[in-house]
Amino acid sequence: MTAYLIKSVSVVGAAPTDLLIRDGVVAETGAGLTAPDATVLDGTGLVALPGLVDLHTHLREPGREDAETVESGSRAAALGGYTAVCAMANTSPVADTAGVVEQVWRLGREAGLVDVQPIGAVTVGLAGGQLAELGAMADSAARVRIFSDDGHCVADPKLMRRALEYVKAFDGVIAQHAEEPRLTEGAQMHEGEVSTRLGLTGWPAVAEEAIIARDVLLAEHVGSRLHVCHVSTAGSVEVLRHAKARGVKVTAEVTPHHLLLTDAKAETYDPVYKVNPPLRTATDVAALRAALAEGVIDIIATDHAPHAVEDKECEWAYARPGMLGLETALSIALDVLGPQWDLIAERMSRAPARIAGLDGHGADAAPGVPANLTLVDPAARRTIEPAELASRSRNTPYARMTLPGRIVATFLRGEPTVLDGKATK
Amino acid sequence: MIRHLLSGADLDAATATQILDTAAEMATVAGREVKKLPALRGRTVVNLFYEDSTRTRISFEAAAKRLSADVINFSAKGSSVTKGESLKDTALTLQAMGADAVVVRHPASGAPHRLANWVDGSVVNAGDGTHEHPTQALLDAYTMRSRLGRLAGLHVAIVGDVLHSRVARSNVLLLSTLGAKVTLVGPPTLIPVDISGALAPGTDVSYDLDAVLPGVDVVMMLRVQRERMNDSYFPSAREYARRYGLDGPRMRRLPGHAIVMHPGPMNRGMEITPEVADSPRSTIVEQVANGVSVRMAVLYLLLGGNNR
Repeated sequence: MTAYLIKSVSVVGAAPTDLLIRDGVVAETGAGLTAPDATVLDGTGLVALPGLVDLHTHLREPGREDAETVESGSRAAALGGYTAVCAMANTSPVADTAGVVEQVWRLGREAGLVDVQPIGAVTVGLAGGQLAELGAMADSAARVRIFSDDGHCVADPKLMRRALEYVKAFDGVIAQHAEEPRLTEGAQMHEGEVSTRLGLTGWPAVAEEAIIARDVLLAEHVGSRLHVCHVSTAGSVEVLRHAKARGVKVTAEVTPHHLLLTDAKAETYDPVYKVNPPLRTATDVAALRAALAEGVIDIIATDHAPHAVEDKECEWAYARPGMLGLETALSIALDVLGPQWDLIAERMSRAPARIAGLDGHGADAAPGVPANLTLVDPAARRTIEPAELASRSRNTPYARMTLPGRIVATFLRGEPTVLDGKATK
Repeated sequence: MIRHLLSGADLDAATATQILDTAAEMATVAGREVKKLPALRGRTVVNLFYEDSTRTRISFEAAAKRLSADVINFSAKGSSVTKGESLKDTALTLQAMGADAVVVRHPASGAPHRLANWVDGSVVNAGDGTHEHPTQALLDAYTMRSRLGRLAGLHVAIVGDVLHSRVARSNVLLLSTLGAKVTLVGPPTLIPVDISGALAPGTDVSYDLDAVLPGVDVVMMLRVQRERMNDSYFPSAREYARRYGLDGPRMRRLPGHAIVMHPGPMNRGMEITPEVADSPRSTIVEQVANGVSVRMAVLYLLLGGNNR
């Protein structure tokens, strides 16, 4: 195993130091390190973050390998600075059995670019009717701890209560896609001024907020952990703030696109901007940014959702919702938060690793820590070209935007998955 | 002249007035024995209809034929569309056939905007989902101007299912551009959110039809589908008709000069009674005739203005 000596790099924004990576761990830190057998990387001007952890990734395999595979999505993740991603369950077949989650887990290991941690479905076939075999998935080789019907809300309150209770047996967490389905029938975009003008059926903020309010009360009642996916409204932030003040064990994520883009993007009717939950208003964006800084929202998660060209190059109403995120998330975070490295490390690595229970991830570079880390050049700026992305799909909403920051290298247990901005395999 | 007509918002006052003035000239053709002008000879107009709408399609077809254009009717029913051809592939086909203009009716809001990205010719929105229907707004404005002599300063009530109405959206945009005042009337469930900010500042909303009628010059009744009651927009068709339908007694609350409009097709007994629909105040049949003139003007100006 090759050793790497990274010279003069800033660990999470601190004064520059050298890092020696050997045998999968950070072996030494300090000024003036030497290691004759090591490959030397110049870290001048670079920031070393703990490898990013994405709690919300759609890898599409099995089922839609034309849009993404575990391997292509893993490569996109590594290029985005990630060392672990949690793969959502809405594949075909659905990841609702030990067999499917083990398949995804094994494909991740074979790709070897990031740790792929499967998420299991809460209900059989994501149908919202009957609990999937959560325990079997937890006990499988994939060791599933997060369960989600993402794409669908676990709308039945009794079923949601039971799921929250049941997973306590193995310290699981339910990640809820908060969307009251009766309030969003046919919904195409945020309900507001723009939806009225465009004649597209509205997705009202209250459909998200009502479910979050119900679920935090359920989680409190049964003493369980709840994670809220892709929070998108100012009202949801207020519900979460209230719940956290009461001591409810709730965590929440926000996507990069909800931190940057608004519903005005729908004016073009280009479905690359169609996503669920939808892009909201500037007021919501401001509230989400403040909540992320404050900690009411715990993490940034990408909701990376690759889609084939034909599923986006069509009428808005017929397009599938979702957008790419893995290769641009850190740049969006830098753009939105500025170079607050400790905050970025917390929201994009440490906290998601804690929520997912991923030991070995989310730890700052220090002697003895597994060498899962990423090197960022904060001074670089890059223009996003869809054709250059590693994802199999092209549905990025940031095409031709110039964004700050570039991932120079990513290490997974001491092995480089990205060097000089290029994937090593 | 603009290249496409996708929205009422595409028209400034000068362009809209130019269309209405041109339509008035076109209307004289309809009175002639030979109802045909050579203006668009050799040009191809495709009517691309993804929804059944015989009245709108034949109106555009008559308009294009009176201008001597070659007309191709491309109906989604029974064509490759039902086999799942994408809008983009259809667009590329029309492009290859050399369509100078594509008149598109589509159930998805924004489909004409998408189409305009994929064809070189002019795209005319003939109604898209619950979004817009700009030539309907133009023919409505033409009808008001013909009957009442002006548009600026008129007070127009648009009554009914505004939420799902492409006619209402285009009318609000165009009428405000031309200086008329619009009040939207309907049950709160059928009035979309933030309508004033979304479409035109100064657009009023009222839930009380009886209170609005004495102060308007025009009342435009929108078609209301009975099935909306199944989605709880209102309790029953009868309650809707009682509160928001235009019947004889309500019509008599209007000022003497006021006119009654309806874009058709009507639900007689729902939003409008036969007594009102067939009264001298009603412009419903005129609207149909004016539709051809206005669509002639639109095609003439879009196609003639571009390449001559």
